[in-house]
Amino acid sequence: MCLAQLFLQSGSAYDCISELGEMGLVEFRDLNPSVSSFQRRFVSEIKRCEEMERILGYLLREIRKASIAVPEAEVPPVAPAPKNVLEIMEQLQRLEVELSEVAKNKEKLQRNLLELTEYTHMLRITRTFMRSRSRHEALGPQYEEFPSLETESVTGCTSMQRLGAKLGFISGLIQRVKVEAFERMLWRVCKGYTILSYAEVDESLADLDTGEISKNVVFLISFWGDQIGQKVQKICDCYHCHLYPHPETDEERADVMDSLRTRIQDLQNVLHRTEDYLKQVLHKASESAHSWVLQVKKMKAIYHILNLCSFDVTNKCLIAEVWCPVSDLANLRRALEEGSRKGDATVPSFVNRIPSSDTPPTLLRSNKFTSGFQSIVEAYGVGDYREASPAPYTIITFPFLFAVMFGDLGHGSVMTLFALWMVLTEKDHRRRRPGNEVIWTTFFDGRYIILMMGLFSIYTGLIYNDCFSKSLNIFGSAWSVKAMFTEHEWTNDTLQTNALLTLDPNVSGVFSGPYPLGIDPIWNMAVNRLTFLNSYKMKMSVIIGVIHMSFGVVLSVFNHLHFRQKFKIYLLFLPELLFLLCLFGYLVFMIFYKWLAFSVRDSQLAPSILIHFINMFLMQENATTPLYPGQVCVCVCVCVCMCVDQCTRV
Amino acid sequence: MASLLFCGPKLAACGLVLSIWGVIMLAMLGIFFTTHSAVLIEDVPFTEEDMHDDETALQNIYKLYNQVGYNCFIAAVIYVGIGFLSFCQVRLNKRKEYLVH
Repeated sequence: MCLAQLFLQSGSAYDCISELGEMGLVEFRDLNPSVSSFQRRFVSEIKRCEEMERILGYLLREIRKASIAVPEAEVPPVAPAPKNVLEIMEQLQRLEVELSEVAKNKEKLQRNLLELTEYTHMLRITRTFMRSRSRHEALGPQYEEFPSLETESVTGCTSMQRLGAKLGFISGLIQRVKVEAFERMLWRVCKGYTILSYAEVDESLADLDTGEISKNVVFLISFWGDQIGQKVQKICDCYHCHLYPHPETDEERADVMDSLRTRIQDLQNVLHRTEDYLKQVLHKASESAHSWVLQVKKMKAIYHILNLCSFDVTNKCLIAEVWCPVSDLANLRRALEEGSRKGDATVPSFVNRIPSSDTPPTLLRSNKFTSGFQSIVEAYGVGDYREASPAPYTIITFPFLFAVMFGDLGHGSVMTLFALWMVLTEKDHRRRRPGNEVIWTTFFDGRYIILMMGLFSIYTGLIYNDCFSKSLNIFGSAWSVKAMFTEHEWTNDTLQTNALLTLDPNVSGVFSGPYPLGIDPIWNMAVNRLTFLNSYKMKMSVIIGVIHMSFGVVLSVFNHLHFRQKFKIYLLFLPELLFLLCLFGYLVFMIFYKWLAFSVRDSQLAPSILIHFINMFLMQENATTPLYPGQVCVCVCVCVCMCVDQCTRV
Repeated sequence: MASLLFCGPKLAACGLVLSIWGVIMLAMLGIFFTTHSAVLIEDVPFTEEDMHDDETALQNIYKLYNQVGYNCFIAAVIYVGIGFLSFCQVRLNKRKEYLVH
């Protein structure tokens, strides 16, 4: 990694940075740290990009609302040249204006439609009121001078005007939930000078302002006098009723209903056309929406980087400081040449390596296979420049430790098949799902890890002889029950009197040698299977774990040697290793010793390792026989060693 | 003719996956039972009387093994039926998606 200075000509700076960005080679250093983001040079361009992002966001939301699919290009587009930017900006602004206009119109039309529909309902229902009323004559005292309403339909309901008493009507719609309260309020305020009739509308209508669908009720209020009229008006406003003018005569009513019907039909036609047009516009926009998003993002990133550069004295040239891997310097030069060519520069941009004593940033190159493991290691922290990276080792150790815990042949093969399917069809998946579901993305990004885990699980499944929790008998079991009978250890009576019997490997012929690969299949049918397997698996896990930990500690030696900190080997590495080996290395030693020193014949006498281990710490005398001669002495030595070690570390 | 569609797309897909798994697993289990695998002894419904019959004890156990094996095969055939039904539902659901509402 080296520090380099880039001299970019102002005209072609944008294209050079675009080329560098496409290759992803370098890390830029901020040369204007004291300048706030609002005072930097390219602030207006960034503002323009953000404006475009805003419009694009609105556009994508509208497209998604209309459930139109947004197709994605095969190859991601490059950042647009500055001269094309204006064109894109113009297109976006035009689209935004058009969309907002169409949306506003649509809303207005829908409002109109709703009002007209309500009016129609109201007219229809109040007609039934008038009909019924005229039949029952519920209009208070009967005036003999005036003919009944049936015969004098021309005069209509305002016949009362002749008396000088003005009969007024107010009609409209109110939400069903408010009707009772409305009625009560009317009664209380107007002291019985009003008559309210109402009926429910069958259709549920959407409320104009809130958009929620609710049941409405058509009401008709008839009242005497002006004052009452004003009070009734105020109450209606209070309850957010939609009032419509009440027609005077039946003919008027019929006329209004007819005109309303035609108007509703026209409106629906227009609405339909509007929606079609909107869909068309959105469809056309959706074709290029995705590439626009990418282009604007890239443009914004380029301007951010340009803001990090500083202008030189002559103001003709931009200077940038970058960290670049030494092996990629040739690629860097080529990118700059390409950028200069694209930007039609008279003077090409060039790169100049400068010496530096700062610690360069760490670059760890990874391909699609190692990137999963690298990200797991980075979750614990990124190493310093030139530190030994543990990631290559985790490619094996991580799946292997998983397999030690998993250990099933059948389920391991299912996992392997799943991972294999993901790996073989990775081209389609990479294109298809951009990351809507988090769980699927997690699985897909870790497909190589899952593949390794599955393969290793198949191996450990063979060792544990576990296939969907049943054992496979490949080589033939080494234990023979018949031998217990031929050697006269068991008889038919023993079978009938005992529920459980133990095969004795000391009897000749019962145990004919270890199973070639893995655990003997007879254990699957034994009742004490778990007792045996737990002990075996625990010991194996301790051995593998201790080896793994020691390996990790040994790796640090390479770091100390590289950074020329030899004192750390003596002060850090040796105490760590000593402590680890004294404690767990001794445990591993005891495990191996017990395996080798005790045979089938004296297995009854073998002491428990765990108890010995604990007693060592408590410095107790064991009541049982020692594991090996001189054990007491060794234990004391080990304990002293550990104490000394701890003191040095502190 | 009334619509033959009685379940949604997800239920149909779930049924299909379960049926495939059921067919494969039950077929293999049937094979292992008919070859009298010792490891599956716990699932064979033998009684004390079967064991006390000295001459034919082995044959009794084998007969029970075969019975369980045939049961597995019958279950596998039922799953084939269910799988076929689920597959038809999946296809009908896909066809319904293309219809204009």
